[in-house]
Amino acid sequence: MHLSQVLSYALRRLLQAVPVVLLIMVGTFLLLKMAPGDTVDALVGDMGGADAAYIEKLRAEYGLDQPVWVQLWRYMAKIVQFDFGWSFVYEKPVATILWERLGTTLLLMGSSLSLAFTIGVVLGAVAARRAYSLTDNMISTLGLVFYATPSFFLSLMMILLFSVKLGWLPVGGVKTIAAFHTGWAHVWDVALHLIMPTAALSLIYLSFYLRLMRASVLEVVELDFVRTARAKGAGEARLMVHHIMRNALLPVVTLLGLQFSTVLGGSVVVETIFALPGLGQLAYQSVIQRDMNMLMGIIFLCAIIVVIVNFLTDLLYARLDSRIALR
Amino acid sequence: MIQTSRSARGWLLAGAALSALAGPAAAQEPKRGGTIIVHMPSEQRILNPALRASTGVYNITGKIMEPLIDKTYDGPVGVLATEWSSTEDGLKITVKLREGVNWHDGKPFTCDDVAFSAMELWKPLLNYSSTLQQYLESVDCTDDHTAVFNYSQPMPLDLFVAAMPDLGHPVPRHLYEGTDIMKSEYNTAPVGTGPFRFVEYERGQYVIAERNDDYWRGAEYPYLDRIVWRFIPDKSAAAAAIEAGEIHESGFNGISMADLQRLSEMGGFDVGTQGYENNVAHSTVEFNHRNPILADLKVRQAIYHGLDIDYAIQTIMRGYAKPGRGPIPSAGGANYTDDVPTYAYDPELAKRMLDEAGYPAGADGIRFKLRHRPAPWGEYTQFWAEYFSQAMKEIGIDVEILTNDAPGFLNGVYRDHDFDTANGWHQFRSDPAVSTMVWLRSGSPEGTPWSNQFGWQSDEMDQMIDAAQAELDPAKRAERYHEIQAKAMAEIPVIFAIEHPFISVTTTKLKNHHNTPRWNSSSWYDLWLDE
Repeated sequence: MHLSQVLSYALRRLLQAVPVVLLIMVGTFLLLKMAPGDTVDALVGDMGGADAAYIEKLRAEYGLDQPVWVQLWRYMAKIVQFDFGWSFVYEKPVATILWERLGTTLLLMGSSLSLAFTIGVVLGAVAARRAYSLTDNMISTLGLVFYATPSFFLSLMMILLFSVKLGWLPVGGVKTIAAFHTGWAHVWDVALHLIMPTAALSLIYLSFYLRLMRASVLEVVELDFVRTARAKGAGEARLMVHHIMRNALLPVVTLLGLQFSTVLGGSVVVETIFALPGLGQLAYQSVIQRDMNMLMGIIFLCAIIVVIVNFLTDLLYARLDSRIALR
Repeated sequence: MIQTSRSARGWLLAGAALSALAGPAAAQEPKRGGTIIVHMPSEQRILNPALRASTGVYNITGKIMEPLIDKTYDGPVGVLATEWSSTEDGLKITVKLREGVNWHDGKPFTCDDVAFSAMELWKPLLNYSSTLQQYLESVDCTDDHTAVFNYSQPMPLDLFVAAMPDLGHPVPRHLYEGTDIMKSEYNTAPVGTGPFRFVEYERGQYVIAERNDDYWRGAEYPYLDRIVWRFIPDKSAAAAAIEAGEIHESGFNGISMADLQRLSEMGGFDVGTQGYENNVAHSTVEFNHRNPILADLKVRQAIYHGLDIDYAIQTIMRGYAKPGRGPIPSAGGANYTDDVPTYAYDPELAKRMLDEAGYPAGADGIRFKLRHRPAPWGEYTQFWAEYFSQAMKEIGIDVEILTNDAPGFLNGVYRDHDFDTANGWHQFRSDPAVSTMVWLRSGSPEGTPWSNQFGWQSDEMDQMIDAAQAELDPAKRAERYHEIQAKAMAEIPVIFAIEHPFISVTTTKLKNHHNTPRWNSSSWYDLWLDE
């Protein structure tokens, strides 16, 4: 796999992505316009009412009195210059708000996914090696329980136990407000706040990796090259790490790629319950508020991330299994 | 308990219900210092009460920006104003302004600020206020601390004063003049004269305000060092935060009724409706009179007879409510009367009336079907819609509930009229002229949310409303509103079924809380923390 090969592959993928992203943007814009009401309706709903002149003024101010095609044209003309526009709900540029929210979401999703991936893969492999033993049954049952528990229930029960009853962890938010921690005290404070949301999210993801890894290992174990390796006298540890794991990881990496694409969506439920200012909550609020510019900005960002992550996943495939070529 | 301070008298006046809350608090010596944390279920984003008339905005900005006049249990009391009077023809209102008040940036507060705010914000830009101030021609400053409001039509002084606590917040002219007011940076970083000055607004997380050392009431006030408003959208998580002691106060039914009741039984929390006398709302049933069935008065009366209001109050509002008596709630003071026609719960009578109106039950027991839109404003409205549907089934009316979000509801009811019945939650704002009369008066532009878009029109009612609004004599004005109330109860264009204040849950560590009729919107200069 030469660098020039990778670069030309990247360029081709990039060119292919442009029409895809454009199509997504136009499609979403029209779809959102079909929802009843606009951001002015949502705003006056929040305010508890307003008179007609005021509402008309807001609509003109936001450009919502124009035909849909004019609005679409104006928006697309801006987005191709990477101008995300202005959020009328937050009264700030969309790009600024996205940037503010991105950190929280990346921190939450990054820590949950890596935790879930690592533990899931290890537990899955262990379960598969001791298939149908007591260990396997315990791990599989646990996975099933996590898989079946709704995240809102898990989150609330954790709050009830660790915050209300035991008083060990804060209920929500990203930091203790008005404590004004700095340096390591601040890092520790944020870490404390993220324990429960990370646990709630990763327990659910974990079950996916666990089950997939177990099935995948069981399949690979039966293959000829494993028997060959064993016949050559490879030890069980080497066999597991070099021969089985590497091959068994392929479908698990596919899943990781897929889930990473949804990172920006965050988890609406967990973010809402723990009052974390992430992108998932922002997207949900933007739908309720009909905040078009914000929603389009989030979707644009998501589309870009999906394209990038897909590209990286393909590269990783080639690395894991040299039979796969980049073309 | 007998003290001469205004707040202590307020407690006494408000009656027996609060003696349990107020007793020990009034006897203690206030302590200085402390940070309190307040729960906000949703975010208003704009923090300028002269641009957005909304309790969600006042909850935060009320501590930072002050109105000319506020309301206490003793009636209206001057804040940035000291005296007010009107000429006999009602065309000129003169307001004396407080001297020696400074904005948070150190500049003095003068009549220039009031004149600018009234002409550039209150009249053209502020919701509700643009109706109130539509005949405001100009504001003259005869000296630095005297503002004269000139009207082209008579403005009752009572109405002006009643509206000021919500719709009378001046902004600093020197920061707004010559800028695009709607886009001003001070709309999210307010500069006021209040006991707390704005520090930081982190979107989606919190707002912080800290003590204003230069407050005009004197160095003694405010008692607190800092107020933090935390945005927690999930009601269960908010209840847990209150229980864990992370939150000191949650107002406006910020958590579910079940949690409110649980916390009230736990001890350590004051739960109640005290302090919301000025923020009373009605749970309604609204009719689309374009539907010929509902245009029949007899059918509407039968529907009213079919509703067990007391049952709904006990189960949905857990007793924190009263049956409605038309467009003016009992908190409406002199303008309220209970001498109106009422409709007792009597399903048998309701069925007979529907038979007489020509809608007998079919073979399946159903007389006709209605499509019902519930407003998505919180727990009460959803439950009230479900109860309505259930109660109507008893008298043979099949009600289908169409669930929708806020824009969907507003368009479905007010613009597209795509409903038979609807229910909502509508606030009474101190005076009927600036609030509930829009439900009955015809002539609002087509599609205006929160107005009479029900296809109901009565010339007689329109005349009565206009006459009441222009009446300058308070006694005659009240009498006219009593007549309107009786007529609204007789013709039932809308059922104002239940009047309810909101409910707060407050830790007992907070003292002097809920001691004015719009407490959550007020400045909290005398609030203190016993810790």
